[in-house]
Amino acid sequence: MSILLERDTSVLIVGISGRIGSFHCQRMLDYGTRVVGGITPGKGGGNIAGLPVFNTVKEATTATTATACIIMVPPPFAADAIMESADAGIRLCAAITDGIPAQDMIKVKRYMLRYREANSMRLLGPNCAGVISPGKSLMGVMPDAIYSPGVVGIVSRSGTLGYEAASQLNAVGLGVSTSVGIGGDQITGSSFLDILKLFDADDETKAVVLLGEIGGPQEAEAARYIKDSFSKPVVAYIAGTSAPVGRSLGHAGAIITAFDDRADEKASVLRDSGAIIAEDPASIGTTVKSALAGCSLTRPKKRKSKT
Amino acid sequence: MDIHEYQAKELLNGFGIRTPRGGLAYSPEQAAYRARDIGGERWVVKAQVHSGGRGKVGGIHDCGDEDAVYRAASRLFGSRLQTGGSGSPSKVVYRVYVEEYVEIQREMYLGLVLDRNSERVMVVASASGGMEIEEISVSEPDSILRCIVEPAVGMQAFQAREIAFLLGIDSANLRSATDLILAAYRAFEELDATMVEINPLVIAEDGRLCALDSKMTFDDNALYRHPEIAELRDKSQEDARETRAMDRGLKYIGFDGDIGCIVNGAGLAMATLDLLEKHGGRAANFLDIGGAAPPERVAKAIRQLQSDEHLSVLLINVFAGINRCDWIAEGVVQALAEKPLTIPVVVRLAGNNVEEGRKTLSRSGLPIIRASTLDEAVTRTITARQRMIDSNGPRNP
Repeated sequence: MSILLERDTSVLIVGISGRIGSFHCQRMLDYGTRVVGGITPGKGGGNIAGLPVFNTVKEATTATTATACIIMVPPPFAADAIMESADAGIRLCAAITDGIPAQDMIKVKRYMLRYREANSMRLLGPNCAGVISPGKSLMGVMPDAIYSPGVVGIVSRSGTLGYEAASQLNAVGLGVSTSVGIGGDQITGSSFLDILKLFDADDETKAVVLLGEIGGPQEAEAARYIKDSFSKPVVAYIAGTSAPVGRSLGHAGAIITAFDDRADEKASVLRDSGAIIAEDPASIGTTVKSALAGCSLTRPKKRKSKT
Repeated sequence: MDIHEYQAKELLNGFGIRTPRGGLAYSPEQAAYRARDIGGERWVVKAQVHSGGRGKVGGIHDCGDEDAVYRAASRLFGSRLQTGGSGSPSKVVYRVYVEEYVEIQREMYLGLVLDRNSERVMVVASASGGMEIEEISVSEPDSILRCIVEPAVGMQAFQAREIAFLLGIDSANLRSATDLILAAYRAFEELDATMVEINPLVIAEDGRLCALDSKMTFDDNALYRHPEIAELRDKSQEDARETRAMDRGLKYIGFDGDIGCIVNGAGLAMATLDLLEKHGGRAANFLDIGGAAPPERVAKAIRQLQSDEHLSVLLINVFAGINRCDWIAEGVVQALAEKPLTIPVVVRLAGNNVEEGRKTLSRSGLPIIRASTLDEAVTRTITARQRMIDSNGPRNP
């Protein structure tokens, strides 16, 4: 098992005819991802890379077995494409698009509440690298060569920092169960907490790498969960210790989060929760290696009801 | 994107929010003329710079006659205001705003922001205005009200009324306070703002509400649908290097170090800066080439840093996913073939098409220091910088 993406997950590409869409479509096919079609409004009935092109997501979900999609359309159209996917019955959506207006995302998140849990769509991103379950399937833009199958789950706000972690794991002989990009925007579909819960329930995942950044309440929320109920070792790195304080933070924004947004403070909250902090971004791989060695793949202190 | 106080007031006026009568001036003569035009016998001359806290650093002057207006404006024009404490960039005053003096009965705070917890718009208000919200949150945390707006229907009148009552607005002003709060939300929503702040919101001597000072910032990602807002950009308030980069479609933030950095993705960029700092280096900038960067964009990024004479070394760190290492390498070769750098260049490529990228670099014969891991990239950059400084002396101003 991995999380979110399995070998047989059928995938659609929204924006398949675009330069980026068609390029990554081919890469996903080469990887072995079960891509079953694509969507470009007005180009329905056509064919790209041997795949049928549909006008709407609903047409595509009706004609194929697709349950997942990747969004690669330009920012002005991306929020619309996400809502269209949710409405068409897609269950997992990775939005790669960078630069979606924040208010569009507020509306998207509100719109997604209209579906009951059983029919709701899980959104990754926007502004994320997607998801990869190495050796099984790729629904994202990750450089797949650095991911080997294994027992470490990765969850990252930043795409490229996620690659960095995967390549360091690779270098120390560790593989990845699933790597999930949750995106760097202010408003994203899934949080660290959402993905940690999935990793917790996944037998294949023995440890998790959590890659956070300055800004936002997500890391603190994850820390509370790790402390209270997460049963596996977590290695965390928070980027931005050298970032100037307040640079991109709004005025009134400073008081909104009860928890402070600085990297060192986030790291210390995570450390207090029992996570192991990688002291610098070049030592993520070795930190995971020693964490796994020290715990012999389990950590009794945090085990829940397993005996 | 930030705008000036007078621009924010003009926008808020358009939504029916009352502000003091005022006029913009580009010279002391014009400032005096504005005062005469506004009438009355007391005015406030306010420096228009993109930052708060102007009053504390002499950016706001209370004037009793036209002569005083002229003198205050003369002092302000061309001066540098450093509002963010020492170390923060100072802003030059090119515009001043002259306003009628408003006698204040009461000061309050009203702000609208994007709340990352609820992922919705939050209205923040306090019956204690006049100081910055950070100070209010320390000195009178209980006075701060928060109200989340449901995005499907927007802000409702009852929410605005609740805020007005909690602010202690009397019944005579209830209607206008409710309208003002709703109008501020409409402005936020319709213009894709990320922040609207009215501080202080006052009850003037005449008993009416008035937005005495205001500030707005906008979502850069939404400027494409608000050309009228995009036009309000004032390049004189930006770091010149950042302006140049923005005009070239690059994300750039200037720092005070001497290591030029070109990285893809904000997370890896921050991590690279962190690691440089850990090894005793200090970045000159944060330059993100973004995704799917064609060779031309990479070359532009390098040219951008070439114009920075304070650099001792240039580090290019790209982990290509949506990018392609071969394109990155082509961009590097293009830029350096056109205008060779006088400082060492460290290039670390990883990810998609990395072999092609490395080949392009080695075929070029350019004196590029190569690295394959993040650690190597940073340690080689630090070494190259040291060698550069040993032979030429420090280049940092």
